[in-house]
Amino acid sequence: MTDVLMLSRAQFGLNISFHILFPTITIALGWFLFYFKLRSNLSKHPVWMRVYRFWVRIFALTFALGIVSGITMSFQFGSNWPGFMETVGNIAGPLLGYEVLTAFFLEATFLGIMLFGIHKVPNWLHTLATLVVAIGTTLSAFWILALNSWMHTPQGFEMIDGVAHATDWYDIIFNPSFPYRLIHVLLASGLTASFLIAGISAYRIKHADHKRAPSVALKTSLYVASVLIPMQIIAGDMHGLNTLEHQPQKIAAMEGLWETTQGAQFLIFAIPSEQERKNYVEVGIPNAASFILTHQWDGELKGLEEFGEKHPPVAPVFFSFRIMLGVGFLMLFSAWLASSYLLRHKHLPPKVLTLCTWMTFSGWIATLAGWYVTEVGRQPYLVSGILTTEQAVTQIPASNVALSLTLYTLVYSGLLVAYIKTLFLMARRAVEIEEYQMDEHPSHKANINFNHNTSGGAA
Amino acid sequence: MISDANLAVIFVGLLSFSVLAYAILDGFDLGVGMLLPMDSADQRDQMIASIGPFWDANETWLVLAIGILLIAFPKAHSLILQTLYLPSTFMLIGLILRGVAFDFRAKVAQGKKIHWDYAFKTGSYLASFMQGYMLGIYVMGLETHFYAQCFAVLSGIGVTCAYTFIGACWLLMKTDDALQQNAKTWATFYLNAFAIGVVAVSIVNLTIHQRVFDFWTSSPYAFVLGIIPVVVFALILICKLVLPKLLQSHSDGIWLPFVIAVALFWFCFAGLAVSYYPFVIPDKLTIWETASAPESLRFILIGALIVIPCIFAYTLFSYRIFWGKASKLEYY
Repeated sequence: MTDVLMLSRAQFGLNISFHILFPTITIALGWFLFYFKLRSNLSKHPVWMRVYRFWVRIFALTFALGIVSGITMSFQFGSNWPGFMETVGNIAGPLLGYEVLTAFFLEATFLGIMLFGIHKVPNWLHTLATLVVAIGTTLSAFWILALNSWMHTPQGFEMIDGVAHATDWYDIIFNPSFPYRLIHVLLASGLTASFLIAGISAYRIKHADHKRAPSVALKTSLYVASVLIPMQIIAGDMHGLNTLEHQPQKIAAMEGLWETTQGAQFLIFAIPSEQERKNYVEVGIPNAASFILTHQWDGELKGLEEFGEKHPPVAPVFFSFRIMLGVGFLMLFSAWLASSYLLRHKHLPPKVLTLCTWMTFSGWIATLAGWYVTEVGRQPYLVSGILTTEQAVTQIPASNVALSLTLYTLVYSGLLVAYIKTLFLMARRAVEIEEYQMDEHPSHKANINFNHNTSGGAA
Repeated sequence: MISDANLAVIFVGLLSFSVLAYAILDGFDLGVGMLLPMDSADQRDQMIASIGPFWDANETWLVLAIGILLIAFPKAHSLILQTLYLPSTFMLIGLILRGVAFDFRAKVAQGKKIHWDYAFKTGSYLASFMQGYMLGIYVMGLETHFYAQCFAVLSGIGVTCAYTFIGACWLLMKTDDALQQNAKTWATFYLNAFAIGVVAVSIVNLTIHQRVFDFWTSSPYAFVLGIIPVVVFALILICKLVLPKLLQSHSDGIWLPFVIAVALFWFCFAGLAVSYYPFVIPDKLTIWETASAPESLRFILIGALIVIPCIFAYTLFSYRIFWGKASKLEYY
């Protein structure tokens, strides 16, 4: 029982961690593409189409990885977590159904037109397809986060014979943590895509790509990141206050707070010990945690002691939270530093370009760390107060799950390596392309189409 | 107001439709994947170009089918997927390999492209065979004894042939020149394989399930039901007669085999569906025993009734845009 529980958790964690990497890019990258296309339509300047063309290819690759890794999730609900659907299927089912119906078909169908239809449809329709794809990816985030938030802060239902029945769909969708989580995740996606664009563009410039396209992309993405990151810090803080109200045990684990304290310090570092219920090597700022969470220097914060056994494992939540914060502040620093150089000098010195390249996947790290905080922080529950993770797990033999977990691990690690390598390969290839001609028509079939390496073939 | 019992029937209808739509749509692109000739890079490019704009949306029908099963019949969903845990895992791995190969093959260095083409072909085989295998175990009422396994393997081969056949018909319609001639040869061969598969699966199905045998032979509807095998036989015969005459001097009627293939999928599916209605799991669980709470089904039904016609509309629109012979896939 424990074996299959741990293996199933590991497998679901692996699957969802791998999956989230790709939507978190495509949700915002879709809007970036729409912006590039719009600028191209309005200004008629060929550079915008060059930017669009480079990034739409990366979008296609990322989207494909998101789709295939998403399909596995819909199978695992039934195969590994039958208790989940049996208990809360009446709520989770329709939300997932609306995601498929309103978002998946929309984005998948219009993606075909967006990627391959430019010669076959009028320009306005191609722009519209780009917009529809962006809307589709965002809608899917809406529905899946409605469900995820409901699992954290369930409402709008009644329990009849141990099964949840919906009473008010508005309450279910707009449950207390949903608005905060949605904004937090959408901003995270904006940052992930911005740093990806900035990083790859900086990489191209460092490889002596003196064309305008990478500079334009770099500038756009860094300015967007500079605006989004302070917004994200505020949104994160508000999300934290919301969590304090509805899931105080998660906050206690994030802060590593064992005993209820007035004027609790904010720990910059510590090693929490679950057995001894205390921290080692504490380095903290006095009263800061109380101030951030209650806006009073000596405000009272509930410690883990209040929740008995019903609190999440402390160490993973505690460390993930600090990784997320650390990467977040690193993002703030690098985005603002690079933007200030761009504003004053119009270009970046080599060291800042290197910094941007190193930050290419910073959004992934922050997003994953954030997910671990919130998801591990919900344990031992799968649906807060209703269903524990252990109650939901499957009865199938542990060896089967071990086999599938091994296969997924192999395939996913291979794909992750291939994805990252391919991204940088595409960047290096783009360096060799010639600069645009001023009379280049937006739908001009430029010779740049990598015809020396990818003649024919799909996306 | 729709009664609770009818609600379950509506959802089993939606579920069947999604499964059928998936089998036809992803069927032809899995078929194309399995047919990839490893000795001609040029033909591989053309073949993949013919399915490029559609595969994402085609695969979404699987997500919808699994989604409806999950939403409307959660007990069946968990029972089916727990029993079929390993085959479904292999199928998913196949779909993953194939889906990503689409994109990677066009973006990696020239020398590595063929590796992704192998991944594409292998993934297509794995996914198709596992789908047929799962169908076989499902039809056996989720039994996993030796004979059930044998039947499942037979069904796996049958589905693989069916997909390859419809894939070849698709290529016949969407490509030209040498590749089109190849497609004609493939279609002819796999039509035979498909026909043998249909006959074999039907016979096994009738012999092992007494209830199904009685249903087809002695119910008052036997004459009506008799239409199904007659039509299937007639369609196969027409296709067999038509195929050799195609492409002799002109390209008229080149779409006919694909249309016949789609019709065959409809009729074979109908044959299975009527055999097992009203069971979600053959001979074990009926749709009413497993249906979700009616208030949840009503909530999703409203959305489905509004959205599904829209999905039809823009799917048709997309196929209309990419009508005619497949052109080289490029972003500009």
